[in-house]
Amino acid sequence: MRLFAEPLVCQEFVELVTDYLEGTLSRRERRRVERHLRGCDGCDAYLEEFRLTVRSLGEMPPEPTDPHVREHLLAAFRELRA
Amino acid sequence: MPSPDHALVARLRAGDEAAFVELVDCYDVQLRRLARTFVRTNALADDVVQETWLGVLRGLDRFEERSSLKTWIFRILVNRARTRAVREARQVPFSSLASPEDGEGPAVDPTAFAADGTWAQPPTRLDAEPEARLLSRELRGHLGEVVDTLPEQQRTVILLRDVAGLDGPEVAETLGISEGNQRVILHRARTRVRQALTEYVQA
Repeated sequence: MRLFAEPLVCQEFVELVTDYLEGTLSRRERRRVERHLRGCDGCDAYLEEFRLTVRSLGEMPPEPTDPHVREHLLAAFRELRA
Repeated sequence: MPSPDHALVARLRAGDEAAFVELVDCYDVQLRRLARTFVRTNALADDVVQETWLGVLRGLDRFEERSSLKTWIFRILVNRARTRAVREARQVPFSSLASPEDGEGPAVDPTAFAADGTWAQPPTRLDAEPEARLLSRELRGHLGEVVDTLPEQQRTVILLRDVAGLDGPEVAETLGISEGNQRVILHRARTRVRQALTEYVQA
């Protein structure tokens, strides 16, 4: 094994983002990613956006429920829970 | 966004209709979106979602708050949808859905990079609301339609992982795929969603 890993380029970084966030990279790969991030504003921004996207998917704003569905479900609620 | 779970669950258990309406408005459309990836028709998806809500109402007293309320509801949907898909014998096994769009190759368009692999143009900053570290309300309003445009496997995985909040091993198990494969599909899906959002910012 080489003592120093090849530096990562941006095009490789974007394919490793999910593995990086999931914590499934080897220690060596993780260090390559982190070293690259320290020197690359573009990838740092990309990572931040990626995180933001993931987080926002978990907090998607409500979308309007079909009024018939809603009425129907409310009737079920009254029957089962009220 | 819903109230904190604990308070909402207490209200639901107490028979508070407004709490139930809040819950339905938060998740009904998302549940339909996921149901549609498990069964063949909208009518079947509607049945599955209705059974899910009835399961929620009946199971509320047994909910132990070990996961979020949302994740618990989506798990009920997954169980109903799988039962239904088996009963209808119409489910195509997930691993056989070889969509060409899910293909191999890099997730990010190679033209985004120069010949040396550095950014041809630095990534566009998505416009984030600073205090919450979330996308702006306007951008978040597009998330649903963006997810709807994903190839089916990607749509299923991103809905289960990032929208419903299931963890990787659970998603892999649910879909009968390896955890590694689950991560590859998730990565493609997230990459596409991020890309689609930047297009709204630039538009």
